[in-house]
Amino acid sequence: MSDTANISVTVNGETTAAAVPVRQNLVDFLRNTLGLTGSHVGCEHGVCGACTLEVDGAMVRGCLMLAVQADGAQITTVEGYGDRAEALRAAFVEHNALQCGYCTPGMMASALEYVEAGGQADRAAIREHLSGNYCRCTGYQSIVDAVCDVIEGESA
Amino acid sequence: MSGPRTIFDKPNSYIGKPVDRPDAKRLLQGRGKFVDDIQLPRMVHAAFVRSPVAHGKVLSIDLDEAREMPGVIALYTGADLAEHVEPYVGVLSHLAGLRSAPQMPLAVDAVRWTGEPVVMVVATSRALAEDAAAMIYVDIEELPAATDMERALEPDAPVIHADLGNNLAWDRTVEAGDPDAAFARDDVTVVERTFRFGRHTGVTLETRASVVEYDPSEDLLTCHYSGQAPHMMQFIFAKHLGLPEENVRVISNDVGGSFGIKIHTYGDEIATAAAAKLLGRPVKFVADRLESFLTDIHARDHVVHGRIAVTGEGRIAALAFDDVTGIGPYSMYPRTSAIEANQILNLTGAPYDFDNYRANAKVVFQNKNLMCQYRAVGHPIAMAVADGLLEEAAHQIGMDVVEIRRRNLIRDDAYPCTSATGMKLDDLSHHKTLDTLIETMGYDARRAEQAELRAQGVHRGIGLVSMIEVTNPSPMFYGIGGAPIASQDGSTIRLDAGGALHVSSSVTEQGQGTNTILAQIAAGVFGVDMARVKVTTGDTKTTPYGGGTWASRGAGIGGEATLQAAHALKEQVLAVAGVILQAKPEDLDIQDGHVTDTDGTQRITLSDLARTVYYRGNELPSDLTPELVATRHYRVTDFPFVFTNAAMAAEVELDIDTGFVKVLNFWAVEDCGRVINPKLVDGQIRGGVVQGIGGAFYEECIYSEDGQFENATMADYLVPMAFEMPDITIAHVETPTKTSVLGAKGAGEAGTGGAPAALMNAVNDALRPLGAQIHQMPMTPERILKALGTV
Repeated sequence: MSDTANISVTVNGETTAAAVPVRQNLVDFLRNTLGLTGSHVGCEHGVCGACTLEVDGAMVRGCLMLAVQADGAQITTVEGYGDRAEALRAAFVEHNALQCGYCTPGMMASALEYVEAGGQADRAAIREHLSGNYCRCTGYQSIVDAVCDVIEGESA
Repeated sequence: MSGPRTIFDKPNSYIGKPVDRPDAKRLLQGRGKFVDDIQLPRMVHAAFVRSPVAHGKVLSIDLDEAREMPGVIALYTGADLAEHVEPYVGVLSHLAGLRSAPQMPLAVDAVRWTGEPVVMVVATSRALAEDAAAMIYVDIEELPAATDMERALEPDAPVIHADLGNNLAWDRTVEAGDPDAAFARDDVTVVERTFRFGRHTGVTLETRASVVEYDPSEDLLTCHYSGQAPHMMQFIFAKHLGLPEENVRVISNDVGGSFGIKIHTYGDEIATAAAAKLLGRPVKFVADRLESFLTDIHARDHVVHGRIAVTGEGRIAALAFDDVTGIGPYSMYPRTSAIEANQILNLTGAPYDFDNYRANAKVVFQNKNLMCQYRAVGHPIAMAVADGLLEEAAHQIGMDVVEIRRRNLIRDDAYPCTSATGMKLDDLSHHKTLDTLIETMGYDARRAEQAELRAQGVHRGIGLVSMIEVTNPSPMFYGIGGAPIASQDGSTIRLDAGGALHVSSSVTEQGQGTNTILAQIAAGVFGVDMARVKVTTGDTKTTPYGGGTWASRGAGIGGEATLQAAHALKEQVLAVAGVILQAKPEDLDIQDGHVTDTDGTQRITLSDLARTVYYRGNELPSDLTPELVATRHYRVTDFPFVFTNAAMAAEVELDIDTGFVKVLNFWAVEDCGRVINPKLVDGQIRGGVVQGIGGAFYEECIYSEDGQFENATMADYLVPMAFEMPDITIAHVETPTKTSVLGAKGAGEAGTGGAPAALMNAVNDALRPLGAQIHQMPMTPERILKALGTV
């Protein structure tokens, strides 16, 4: 078996072909090869959620997916959310829903997934949805506040 | 203290306002600049071979296979690096009698904890470095390990450092009054308990990380460092790698969480810097999560036997305890691992007015990872012991836990005073804070509801804590002991030609919002819109010398330096403006980017003034030498620390079948002096409380008897996640400290320091009617069921 494989991925709208080590995970490929350092690595075993990003419309753990598995996929990282996340970004600023900012790209991904799926402004449900994303700084409450605000703002 | 007190009333003042953080937008766009984001030309990567055993003698190291592996650039053993690195010893001269052994970046002849680095591999990628590390065979003769801190002091325990003779690092006793006589009185109720506090660790989401470059042409070492104290690290790299201090630059840009984990000297980072120097090319080391668990400092790990004597009127007659803490095989350099025990001696019972106190701490070496300062150093232990004993005493004498506090807390008008533990206290508000808490939480209604639900078989508990918090340390904390840790900080502010301010400060930003509050202070004191303030922190080449951010000192010390610098710059500007406008400087002010008359009438824009000074000096009188830049440094001088106080309460519900505890509510009332930005302060308090909930219920570094760390993954070491955490209600009392014009104390420690005590008291309040008690953290379901006697 070859140590590398050729893949083609579309990341934030831009298609790239690359030879990747078959053992390399997706988030390392995005960070180290493409220079998209917004997605972060926290635990490398799928617990902390810092590397959460969008692959073909689903939020996945970038550390639990190999780069070769993303061959042909459409990937969106925090750098590529654009207007989709504008309300969420504004609410995060307003509520100080981030401190060090390291969990934030993954937290935004999970929050965006919840909001776009039509999630309700139900604090317990939001907390449950975000419970795969670890934040050591905020205590989560401000993040829940931000997500509630976005949902209530949209429904108004 | 005299000063421009009117700054808080000015139209431009941002102090006290919940303004947004300007740097949040950058982080939300994925444009943070963390250390692992840095890629440099010719950069190589480090990985470490670490000891698989807790104690052993290194017999031989076989590097032959690794040397031939693809991508390998260099291999270093402890002996290799010992030729290039001066050993370090974690002692402070003012902690009399504290002992430790010289430490090296990599183990040389012996390994003393599981995870201790033994060999460093440098390769063209981290993956290749790990491949090569896997091919290295270290032959270790395993030795008996001293892991249990209580047994480590027994005469037959394995001695970790033969030269020291035994495993006792430090022993200190504080005594006041006559505690023996007080405990012996026949009119007191004595409560005696043993408390156990598990080891836990920081679990910063960004692990420790450094990229070190070395330029041999100028003998310059530059370290991009995920840390809290850049100037301290500058000194340490210089001293231990044999470089002139001015040739070392430490840059701490975005830091992904720190909490005290990132203020210490780790062999991994020193080895990375040594390798960069030896190779003359950039070397990156980013700890993986396993390495973080095994080698990031741990905290707590205390066993405390405590006693309190309380009169029938609920007055504390005496408090006494013995604390034993395990610190791993070395005292951490340069802050030492004795500070946590020392804090416990200083803080336990310090909010209360009583006379008779005795506290002993024994700090013990053991074959586990090093233990050292982490957020709220010593506070969770001090608060849980004092308030745990006090609440139990209240129940035994039939008094409400609020009432017993009211009878013992130091009066709000009693300051300045000295606590029984010997701490100088001033500007505290225990009673006002407690009253605010009681009102905020609706205490009486909660108690009534609790009693009602208890009759229905619902087991709720309410617990409180009254605490003090160490913030704004003076040079009496570390400087007196000979450590290269500044307690002063500096701020330089300049006006640029466009009328904007540039603030450069030695305190650092790790997400608390330091840069924001410095901008608030500078903008308000000087008189410009906050959007016109740019803040630089975290770079030893461009910021004034200072201590960085730890012990909740950023706002109180860095903020005061910024206030003074902004005021000095304003005086400079008004002196120039007075000449240009033919006015007396005292008749002028600066508001909204203009020099104005004191009534606010605009006279000249700051950019016009600055352009005149910078570009058209010919228009100024030749005897005027304007400077539009000012630097001020500030340190606390009158007190060793500026204490804050807080009162907190937790309401929990206990499932007696499963042992699970749900935290229903948490209330925190803190007096952190002047609140500069309530949104940021509330964030600090909430984040701190949740870290305290982690320590109380979830987090524990579990070691086997022979020193294996058994839950060193995030799947096994439980951290607080969103689902289990409650909403946290916050209220503020503001008693500005008289030690500064700004009046700000710190706000970072209280939640982590106080929450565990309130939670343990709440759980015990729920358990008490069932005839059970728990005094061990984390309070896991299993331990609660054991307390209930059901397992």
